[in-house]
Amino acid sequence: MRFETRVNGAARQVDCDPGATLFEVLRALGLNGVKQGCDREGMCGACTVLLDGEAVLSCITPAPRAAGREVTTIEGLGDPGRPHVIQKAYVDAGAVQCGYCTPGMILATKSLLDRRPDPTREDIADGLSGNLCRCTGYVKIVDAVNAAAAALREGSK
Amino acid sequence: MSEPCDLKVVGRSVPKVDSMGMACGLEQYVGDHDLAGALVGYIVPSPYAHARIRRIDATKARALQGVHCVLTWQDVPRIAHTTAGQGWVEPSPYDTFVLDSKVRFVGDRVALIAAETREIAEEAGRLLDIDWEVLEPVLDDRRAFAPGAPVIHDEPEARMPITAPYLPKENTPAKAHMGDGDVDVELAKSHLVLRQEYSTHYAQHCPIEPHVTLGWMDSRDRIVLVTSTQVPFHARRISAQALGIPVRRIRIVKPRIGGGFGAKQEVLLEPVMAALVLATRRKILMTLTRAEEFVSRTRHPVRTGLDVGFNADGTINAVRMRVLSNTGAYGSHALTVMCNCGSKVLPLYRMNAVEFEARAVYTNLPVGGAYRGYGATQAAFAMESLMDVAAERLGIEPVELRRRNHIREGETSPVFAALGEGKPGVEQRIGSCGLPQCLDIAAKEIGWAEKRGKPGSGPVKRGVGMCALMQGSSIPEIDMAAVSLKMNDDGSFNLTAGATDLGTGSDTVLAQIAAEVLGVGADEIVVASSDTDLTPFDVGAYASSTTYLSGEAARKAALDVAGQIRVVASAMLGGPAEGLSLRDGAVFAPDGRRVTLAEVGLRSLYEVDQHQIASTQSAISHKSPPPFSAHFVEVSVDTETGQVKVLKYVATVDCGTAINPKLAEGQAEGAVLNGVSFALTEEYIFDENGRMRNPNFADYKIFNTTDLPEMRVILVPTWERSGPFGAKSVSEICINGALPAIANAIHDAVGIRLMVAPFTPDRVLKALKEKRG
Repeated sequence: MRFETRVNGAARQVDCDPGATLFEVLRALGLNGVKQGCDREGMCGACTVLLDGEAVLSCITPAPRAAGREVTTIEGLGDPGRPHVIQKAYVDAGAVQCGYCTPGMILATKSLLDRRPDPTREDIADGLSGNLCRCTGYVKIVDAVNAAAAALREGSK
Repeated sequence: MSEPCDLKVVGRSVPKVDSMGMACGLEQYVGDHDLAGALVGYIVPSPYAHARIRRIDATKARALQGVHCVLTWQDVPRIAHTTAGQGWVEPSPYDTFVLDSKVRFVGDRVALIAAETREIAEEAGRLLDIDWEVLEPVLDDRRAFAPGAPVIHDEPEARMPITAPYLPKENTPAKAHMGDGDVDVELAKSHLVLRQEYSTHYAQHCPIEPHVTLGWMDSRDRIVLVTSTQVPFHARRISAQALGIPVRRIRIVKPRIGGGFGAKQEVLLEPVMAALVLATRRKILMTLTRAEEFVSRTRHPVRTGLDVGFNADGTINAVRMRVLSNTGAYGSHALTVMCNCGSKVLPLYRMNAVEFEARAVYTNLPVGGAYRGYGATQAAFAMESLMDVAAERLGIEPVELRRRNHIREGETSPVFAALGEGKPGVEQRIGSCGLPQCLDIAAKEIGWAEKRGKPGSGPVKRGVGMCALMQGSSIPEIDMAAVSLKMNDDGSFNLTAGATDLGTGSDTVLAQIAAEVLGVGADEIVVASSDTDLTPFDVGAYASSTTYLSGEAARKAALDVAGQIRVVASAMLGGPAEGLSLRDGAVFAPDGRRVTLAEVGLRSLYEVDQHQIASTQSAISHKSPPPFSAHFVEVSVDTETGQVKVLKYVATVDCGTAINPKLAEGQAEGAVLNGVSFALTEEYIFDENGRMRNPNFADYKIFNTTDLPEMRVILVPTWERSGPFGAKSVSEICINGALPAIANAIHDAVGIRLMVAPFTPDRVLKALKEKRG
């Protein structure tokens, strides 16, 4: 089936099987920051992307749900030359080890901080609970979220 | 090396070199390479725990549209090897074939398929016409070596490539025995003798990226494998061996790796992918599903029996440790994990006599492998739990009991020399031990004195527990690492290493060490790891070796390059090379005159006596200096539900010099949470036929952010003279503390001793019920 969507700010025509997932469509577009860590059953969070700003698990999201909506992947958030505040916060906090969960984790953070600019510890825990990380023990990820939240609040003043 | 006064790059938390690329989703993992036209590789899994393939017919499978290749055991060379990605000669039995006419666990390899899609490959697997002879499985490790038990490895080729006991007819791939002094005499004169047994369970590393390999034939008829490996050079050697082809025909490329924790020390997919690529000459991607990952490689379940004799003052007279390790269907790491139960636990304490007796057994269950902690995790649970029991029985405070017994700087343990990897070990004296400070700092941080023995009223009790730990840094007189360094015309450097950064940050750590020597910032060192065609040899990322060993190779290469730079600079400055010093990107003469490294680089490459300033240096380790750690934990135990919750976890770590403190903390924090998750929730559930029933993240619970306790990791610096800039290892040790520290805290809270892990609500409730009588 065909539909129109916007991916990282650019209009895209998508032609895919009706049963295709958003994950498959994004990978086919060469957006390799979308990762897979479970058997496409929405259990690890590595495939997290933003759909109209809200974190979704792209591996269990039917691709057609993106029709007429805005998809943001990690590539759309920033690049090493001009990283997003959250990306920089993850790097500075030492929250990136193997980096495989990082794109999903950062996008889940973006979705969280858009909703809750001044999150409590519980907000952070809940907001990232669908994103598994085996390397960090989450300690520095929580540090990064707090630092990013502070920097974003500072920037919006 | 002796302690220098001011370090400029080492000891600083410079950003991990690949972290911004990762945060932007741009770093390449295996699955991010060009997959155009790639087929999907698939391993047909065994439905039986133990069975023989009387006949296998792939005619129908091969005829299926979209199937490019089906390999059965008749189509591949029959060469016994081990998948344990260890140095040659491996201390693991050669009991594995690329494919065999016998399967030994549910999920074992029946056939290999390359097809257009995974669905087609699975359908082809179902079309295999197989005449099975189903055999009785061995599912109980305690009965595996009993007379009359079915023999799992009855193939004539199975053998141990090193001189070590190998008894396949007894389902026993490894046995070990060592002793020093007379344990029985020492026990007999002891004030208190404790005899206990503890057991640990199956677990999986759960890297978020499962095992994945991309392979193709290049234009020179060589097999290229881009693969998620911790051991590129061992993967090349073992793949070549398994297929009977020369090493030079294989190139292994390690891109970014999505975590390993030991799972990717196993040379698991590379040989089968090499076979499929050779057969099809097509590009093929093989990615394990999460369900397949769970039965790829695991942590060896171990029963650890201890007889320990104490004097009234708490000093230890003697320890006898008996280990029964379940290696599953293949003997990968069976001997070495089992030996590490002793060698990474027993030397922590002084004792007059020690005995270690161990047996590994084959069963028709998932295969053990290397997993962070590597035996120390299993045996530290036993030893540190027993120490807590002893403290209670002797009326000595648990922290004080450790203080009275633990090894100190300048001391040795007979275990070091007696117990190696299937052979005697290497004698060593402790060069650095920060355990006294670790104990003090952690006790204070958790509020030990205030919280101990105060469970509180109400159904939810609180308790605190602790333990002390050691590990090693590399395998002495066995491991080797090499690093190459070359200078560029702007005064920057390329560092290439076989060392395998799998998310651990070793690329960054090596850059920092080289930068420190060369007097430049870490960002002047451009690091690449690892590619068997392009980077020098390194045993790979295991045995807590990379910082200590590859770091030393980086230091040596940088020293050599610095010497070459001085020679060029001395010609430019007109004076002896010896007095020149490298700092701030320049070479300084004693009188303050200087030339920049860029000027040295340009001159050496373009102007006078042109040559490449470069060096490749190797490091081997002559000892394995232990890092030390103290773990203190506060828990709550709900006496109505049996739920154990970790409220606060403090880990103090002596890793010598932390080359990059933030990365070192990250290693400790990740290991701690993995340990807590292992202690409380992670568990394999098998059906009566040996099939794992919970191979997914819904039913096998690893911790997420909502499970995170308050965690404090505190680095306690010491200086290890044998390590680069005083460094020891940090990666493994902190996974070992959760089991005993939590068990001891549960006892403080509710008075029960849990000796079987994990500490699930049903086990807690059962123990509470037994205690009430």
